[in-house]
Amino acid sequence: MYTKDGENYFIVDAHIALWDARPENQRNIHGKQFIDCFYDYHRNLSPESEVWPYEDYLYQGGQRLMKDLFEDGYVDHAIFQPAHLGAFYHNGFGQTEEAFALTRANPDKLTYNHCWDPRYEQAGLDQLRRDAERFGLKGCKLYTAEWHGDSRGYKLDDYWSRKYLETAQELGIRNIHVHKGPTIRPLDRDAFDVADVDKVATDFTELNFVVEHCGLPRLEDFCWIATQEPNVHAGLAVAIPFMHTRPRYFAQIIGELLYWLDEDRIQFSSDYALWTPRWLIETFVDFQIPEDMTEYAPLTTAQKKKILGLNAAAMYDIPVPAELQLPREEPQAVAVA
Amino acid sequence: MVTEEQARRALDTVIDPELDEPITDLGFVRSLEISGAGLTVHLRLPTSFCSPNFAYLMASDARDALSALPGADEVAVFLDDHHDSDLINRGLAADAGYRGTFGDEAEESLDELRAIFRRKAHTAAMERVLTAMLRAGLPEEKLHDVVLGDLPPGSSTAALLRRREALGLSTEPSSPVLVDDEGNQYPREEVPLRLRMARSVRISIEGNAHFCRGLLRTRYPESGADQSPVKEKVS
Repeated sequence: MYTKDGENYFIVDAHIALWDARPENQRNIHGKQFIDCFYDYHRNLSPESEVWPYEDYLYQGGQRLMKDLFEDGYVDHAIFQPAHLGAFYHNGFGQTEEAFALTRANPDKLTYNHCWDPRYEQAGLDQLRRDAERFGLKGCKLYTAEWHGDSRGYKLDDYWSRKYLETAQELGIRNIHVHKGPTIRPLDRDAFDVADVDKVATDFTELNFVVEHCGLPRLEDFCWIATQEPNVHAGLAVAIPFMHTRPRYFAQIIGELLYWLDEDRIQFSSDYALWTPRWLIETFVDFQIPEDMTEYAPLTTAQKKKILGLNAAAMYDIPVPAELQLPREEPQAVAVA
Repeated sequence: MVTEEQARRALDTVIDPELDEPITDLGFVRSLEISGAGLTVHLRLPTSFCSPNFAYLMASDARDALSALPGADEVAVFLDDHHDSDLINRGLAADAGYRGTFGDEAEESLDELRAIFRRKAHTAAMERVLTAMLRAGLPEEKLHDVVLGDLPPGSSTAALLRRREALGLSTEPSSPVLVDDEGNQYPREEVPLRLRMARSVRISIEGNAHFCRGLLRTRYPESGADQSPVKEKVS
């Protein structure tokens, strides 16, 4: 919980990782390039005081994660969204066993989402059934640009992708987090294009599709889809740290998301360990649309409460103490901060 | 013999399609070496995973722009520190073309790729001038009637005219400003929605440019000196 100016905020960090990018786990040069790219994101968008040494960034471990999120970071509940990246790392990038053990030790604080790759076809589908039971999955994270043999990615509307989504629906895995990031690979087969979300969101109305990074840099395509598909949500991973370096740019992003989606379909994510949640939460609670940006309404305290935690809590059935919930009639007043 | 100044001016014409800015302003030109009739250029990008098709496009455009200079007989362009550096550099050296370089992964030609981003660049430029007019007091219901001749002179208007020309749209003063990719006006009732869509396109492009410029400086601290300041825009 975070408290500021007499307002209490229930915090759900909807996208975190426990990764291992140390040299001994790097399978090849791409493993190094990948974590170096993350580290550049971290250095570029973090306040000076929040920048970690490179060595710390390669691997955090469970103890540090618990401290950064729950002791220092105000987080009430966090959700693992692992990327496997088996082509880059011997033992995968996201550390399944370690993260799951941590979740079992702290079930009130952590939720473990797993990942799948439809290119494993039937064998992967059988594995998904076992994983759903073992992990008690409510959600999964899909990294559609994952390398697999000669393939540089897949689409959600591929034949096998649809089979996996059907199975997820049947197993009660309702929340599908899809990583959509910067443009990669020849654009005509761009694995981060968001058009495939549109197709499956229409066909799988029982599932929630959370587009991580809110489709940036294809915000317009994402917003257009989300306007038409009520089960499409925006994850703020990678977008929210712009509050610090480019506050006017972040104001436009959040302004557009609130216009095209609504305040119930936007989720806070630190993307730990890309960034630590503490400064993001503090900054977001203090954040306001600049007055000269008259095309956007000011952010309300109620909107901030929903984005910081209540939206993801509702999606994952995470209990919220009564005093941290919003009153049924939401105040329309401008943020107190 | 080509001078460094001539070579730099030639590279100014090479645009990052996704960011809609010259590679020289972005700091993507790492080095330029001239020896006799030979020109060697190294390009650098913000991450190892920057889109390889854009990388290829900029590198091949750079080679074309330099090769067109009188006296430039041997032009070599290299892309450094990219996950596809070897593939792209081999393709450039062999003049293999986009499809020859990427093989089966390149289903469409680079022309279509360029066209997509020309359309986006036009949409963003259109939004910039119109939002500036709204902020200056133009009522929204008048947006539909704004023609090119109504636009205040300045860099935003000049940028819009260049984008229209690149798309083959009319630049006559009587032409309406808020148009689709083919130059057609939208129905009056769609104007607020269409401006809104245009705004999200503009925010996407500008946001990506912020990110890429910052990442380049993080990756190559010396590159900051090569980047031009971000041009004055509405936001």
